[in-house]
Amino acid sequence: MTPVLDHLAILPVLLPLAVGAFMLLFDERRRLLKMSLSLATVFALLAIAVTLVVLVGLPNGDRWSTMIVYPLGNWPPPFGIVLVVDRLAALMLLLTSVLGCATLLFAMARWHKAGPRFYTLFLLLLTGLNGAFLTGDLFNLFVFFEILLAASYGLVLHGSGTARVRAGLHYIPINLVASSLFLIGVAVIYGVTGTLNMADLSRIVPTLAPESRTLMEAGAAVLGIAFLVKAGMWPLSFWLPTTYAAACAPIAAMFAIMTKVGIYVILRLFLLCFGDEAGASEEFGALWLYYGGMATILFGGLGVLASQSMQRLGGYSVLISSGTLLAAIGTGNSAVISGALYYLVTSTLAISAYFLLVELIERGQAAGADVLAVTLEIFGDPEEDIEDEDEEVGVAIPATIAVLGGAFLASTALLAGLPPLSGFIAKFAMLSALLNEAGDIPLAHWSFVALLMLSGLATLIAMTRNGIRTLWVPAETDIPRVRAIEAIPVGALLFLCAAMTFAGGPVMRYMEATAQILYWPSEYARDVLGDRPAGHVASDPRASGHGPAGGPP
Amino acid sequence: MEIVLSIGIGLFTASGVWLLLRPRTYQVIIGLALLSYAVNLFIFAMAGGGLRVDAPPILAPGGVGDSTAIADPIPQALVLTAIVIGFAMTALFLVVLLAARGRTGTDHVDGREPDR
Repeated sequence: MTPVLDHLAILPVLLPLAVGAFMLLFDERRRLLKMSLSLATVFALLAIAVTLVVLVGLPNGDRWSTMIVYPLGNWPPPFGIVLVVDRLAALMLLLTSVLGCATLLFAMARWHKAGPRFYTLFLLLLTGLNGAFLTGDLFNLFVFFEILLAASYGLVLHGSGTARVRAGLHYIPINLVASSLFLIGVAVIYGVTGTLNMADLSRIVPTLAPESRTLMEAGAAVLGIAFLVKAGMWPLSFWLPTTYAAACAPIAAMFAIMTKVGIYVILRLFLLCFGDEAGASEEFGALWLYYGGMATILFGGLGVLASQSMQRLGGYSVLISSGTLLAAIGTGNSAVISGALYYLVTSTLAISAYFLLVELIERGQAAGADVLAVTLEIFGDPEEDIEDEDEEVGVAIPATIAVLGGAFLASTALLAGLPPLSGFIAKFAMLSALLNEAGDIPLAHWSFVALLMLSGLATLIAMTRNGIRTLWVPAETDIPRVRAIEAIPVGALLFLCAAMTFAGGPVMRYMEATAQILYWPSEYARDVLGDRPAGHVASDPRASGHGPAGGPP
Repeated sequence: MEIVLSIGIGLFTASGVWLLLRPRTYQVIIGLALLSYAVNLFIFAMAGGGLRVDAPPILAPGGVGDSTAIADPIPQALVLTAIVIGFAMTALFLVVLLAARGRTGTDHVDGREPDR
């Protein structure tokens, strides 16, 4: 690779951080400037993510996939800290930047005015997300988690209002406690293994003595609880629907990926440390993930049926999606996991589109609009309002309801996993892999299959009921005014899901390759740490052939 | 020394968890603070080579490689980061707590007084 491309790995962290900090220097009223800077940043991030996905997909020597290892300050791992871009990380980066573009565009129509420093917080959220996907060691994972959580605390409260403050009052302490658990887990793991580097960890775990192994597993379990709180596994997830329902639409849509950070980390650490090569610790915790995931699907399914508001329905769909992914990881079957990765992408896109869509549909109904009007009055300034009036006249889509109804139908099909769209392909891929396992199919697998089907049915019933109530019974509602800039992101997200259906073959092949690579932790460790025995690692990583030059020469 | 530290961590954790489960926001924030103290001390206790007295985490000038004379520097770096982050988060939560008090008129964690 060329020297310029080497530094691509750090940009997803650096760029939003720098731009976000830079924007703090400007007054809140310079919205146009902030708007264009943030828009340029998210689209640059999208371009970087696409480039990284292409780069890691290229064959490298004897292998059919490349891994980009970026040692910060050129300190050799495991002593220095590293950023690692493999297929999974690149995929998650791409998903984050797609959601970032869509939700930011949506927020530009009106929500960005509902509170101060929206753009900075938004970019910091992206920094934290990208960093968490890229980092190759546990402690930086903690740091990036805190960055994204700090930004999310601000964003949950964006738009103000009693409901949001109440939700924040639960959301923030729960995550603070989870962070404490995170630190305890990291400290125990460090105490036992003497390293924080994930690749190093995967080499050390199989060689642990039995008495340290128990301690290491205890540490991993504590750490796992911290991630499961973020991912929303059943007994740890009661905060989630309330928080997601309280957050404003573009933020809730962006939060669709926040639970996936927890899932991503569990997938990565579980397969690195407790995968096939882990010796006595093999598949530690798999059953917890499997049954916990199924309990989450059940809880989410019941919640979907019970929800009165469409936002809460979205929150419970997030839980169903999390539960499905956790259970799929718990099966420990690489074919199921490749289906699960496909499901991860499509369900995140669909839930995000759903949250945006719900706000557009409910705009015609009075309650939410009042709150918005009040907050706009407080935070919007007179000059901007004059400009706005011109804009509002602009593009009002004809037959709005028809378009919204069509989009609602598409997202119903996606969330419930009905045939024409990618939700179905994802579920089908998981189910067929599950039922194709050699030997007898255990009862647990059958219950997973049943739960997947039933959760789809529950989603279908709940969404149909809500759709009839809001779209077909328009007695007291006005036709919502929807601007093109708001409709385009929803359309784009749904279009991507449709594109994933048409390009199902290539996408599925990418996911399969990703899942297979995850099953070779020793390859991962070799790429990050180099081939040579530990004493020689300290030489220039450039010499190893697959590590880029990091830092200044 | 180990026994004093472990009792200390245990006390902090126990008080922290107890306060976290109380219904008033002020109790919750103090509970979070105590819990973060416990965690910071715990990270210290996990240093490679156990707890040390009189061992700086850096090499003396000219000193090389004598691992008995130095303490493990990594947990110290981790604790420093954890303290900063914990402090910032507590401050942030304090603001939310005040906002909640102002908006709902109660300091109950649910934002409303329980019906009795």
